[in-house]
Amino acid sequence: MALKSIRQAINEALFQEMRRDPRVVVIGEDVAGGAATAGERDCAGGVFGTTKGLIAEFGEGRVIDTPITESAIMGAAAGAAVAGLRPVAELMFCDFLGVCFDQIFNQAAKFRYMFGGKAKTPLVIRTTIGAGRGSAAQHSQSLYHIFTSIPGLKCVVPSNAYDAKGLLISAIRDDDPVVFCEHKLMYDLQTEVPDEPYRIPFGEASVVREGDDVTIVALSRMVHYSLEAALALAREGIECEIIDPRTTSPLDEETILESLERTGRLLVVDEATPRCGLAVDIAALAADKAFAALKAPPKRVTAPFTPVPFAPSLEKLYIPSPERIAAAVREVVGYRR
Amino acid sequence: MQLSRDTLLKAYRQMSTIRHFEERVQEEFAKGGIPGFVHLYAGEEASAVGTCLHLSAEDHIASTHRGHGHSIAKGCDVERMMLEIFGKKEGLCAGKGGSMHIADLGQGMLGANGIVGGAPPLAVGAALAAKTLGNGSVAVAFTGDGGSSQGTTFEALNLAVVLQLPAIFIFENNEDGESTGWRYAVGSGDIAARVRGFGLPSVKIDGDDFFAVYEAAGEAVARARRGEGPSAIEVETVRFFGHHSGDPQRYRSREDVLKLREERDCIKKFRLRVTAAGLLERAELDAIDRENAALIERAVARARAAPPPEDAALLTDVYLAY
Repeated sequence: MALKSIRQAINEALFQEMRRDPRVVVIGEDVAGGAATAGERDCAGGVFGTTKGLIAEFGEGRVIDTPITESAIMGAAAGAAVAGLRPVAELMFCDFLGVCFDQIFNQAAKFRYMFGGKAKTPLVIRTTIGAGRGSAAQHSQSLYHIFTSIPGLKCVVPSNAYDAKGLLISAIRDDDPVVFCEHKLMYDLQTEVPDEPYRIPFGEASVVREGDDVTIVALSRMVHYSLEAALALAREGIECEIIDPRTTSPLDEETILESLERTGRLLVVDEATPRCGLAVDIAALAADKAFAALKAPPKRVTAPFTPVPFAPSLEKLYIPSPERIAAAVREVVGYRR
Repeated sequence: MQLSRDTLLKAYRQMSTIRHFEERVQEEFAKGGIPGFVHLYAGEEASAVGTCLHLSAEDHIASTHRGHGHSIAKGCDVERMMLEIFGKKEGLCAGKGGSMHIADLGQGMLGANGIVGGAPPLAVGAALAAKTLGNGSVAVAFTGDGGSSQGTTFEALNLAVVLQLPAIFIFENNEDGESTGWRYAVGSGDIAARVRGFGLPSVKIDGDDFFAVYEAAGEAVARARRGEGPSAIEVETVRFFGHHSGDPQRYRSREDVLKLREERDCIKKFRLRVTAAGLLERAELDAIDRENAALIERAVARARAAPPPEDAALLTDVYLAY
């Protein structure tokens, strides 16, 4: 198997699904780029290069550059989805959700239920998350918890290229709206990825590392930081089990609970803010369904309850670090009633 | 329109400050030391300066991601702007906002903005406050050709007309929204005409010509101050740099950019015009350039040496901590 980056894996999944199904279209800002300029068409291929090359094979009819118009992109994609297309709509930064949320959560997310089960909305919204590029308060948030909280939306948060490809193919073939959250700092991260198309089902967590002392549930970039922490902790004799849920909705509760039965200790690591987020959600799951197994209070490592700061020193403090994760694990493992 | 010598000198000084600022920020960014990314305004100076010369600190502006020029024209402290762009404690936003969020409420600068189309509703709000308070001030929304197609912009235009607010919408058409040409993105092919459909006066002017901007903006501001409602101006302009620093600009050639610098430089055109008319001497303009070079040099040296925010600043100014 070849090593591929997350960027390549996503690009490959889009190529393969667009070849397989002519109803799949890509729509968004600069998904090709260069329209009505003297320069190259497809000069952007998406601002992170994930849609590069698609327009050459599939043409302007299926790789649709738009004006800067997020509400219309999301609404048009939702409308096209109920009318027979399978759009992959790009929301360049998840922060721009603020501009277009109505079309996503009042419209796309509601159709199936609100119309008595008659509507199918096979819509994928690809978006980017994550701090760490000095992009400040309006281009750095991790807002998957908002998508996760809306009935009618599914939410995917992949942490590696293999998962990204399989989950994106599942998302495109899914008949419900799926939000697919890509971390901006992980596009170049490589793993082995099969050339052929494959699907990873939603709601199946991946056990990234096995261990008996503590269960770490982590998402996206935090999976890698948790692995770093786990390596350091192993040298101290603490073995961490790391679970990557991969999809936050549906959430694989069973894998988390099974692990907790064994370890009795939970740490949730989340780059998002602490209130009403995945960390709270999973801690509540543990309290609700694994209470008897718990040897220590569930613990959370998250970003602080602040916007993302610009100054690099503050941004570094903002993002949960392997050191903070390791310290939290020590606290959980060292807990005595 | 006859401008006083003082106004001409002030206009040149501000445009030159912006140009020196932006050229230097580009250099410093390339060298490293400026975090994140910056969107530079060089080439568009006449728009910000020609507009803001009609404003005082009591008036408000709301800006775009390309906000350095608007900030300087509105009177933001250049050294503290540079400190902010470098992410330092003494920056205009304490290092917490950065290039894309420079704001100075004391100068009536409501912020650069990371959201395309973010500014127009905010400016409408400032205009509403001005009208309600009856203080005679006005508000200006700067937006680009990209932002001209956002729903927020359309809604803001309509609301300003409905409420007859003292708002001015400046659409800086610099031809490219990121890498997409404006002729593709603006379906009607005419921003000013489209805006007119909302029921407000809307003109298109040559943004290379400071005097055209100054005159059109002057009329719009005067109209707003008289309580006659909003106006809009499409400023046809160009950006000398890419969408952001590091943009490979494959949507235009290096030759095209050089040609823009040759043929579409609003500052060069201003110089030629005022010196040819005998209004200002070349030597006094050169002296202003030298002063600006020194000002920017000081700003960069100070910004590079300045301390970052203290770690505790991470948790301040959020009302609540958890």
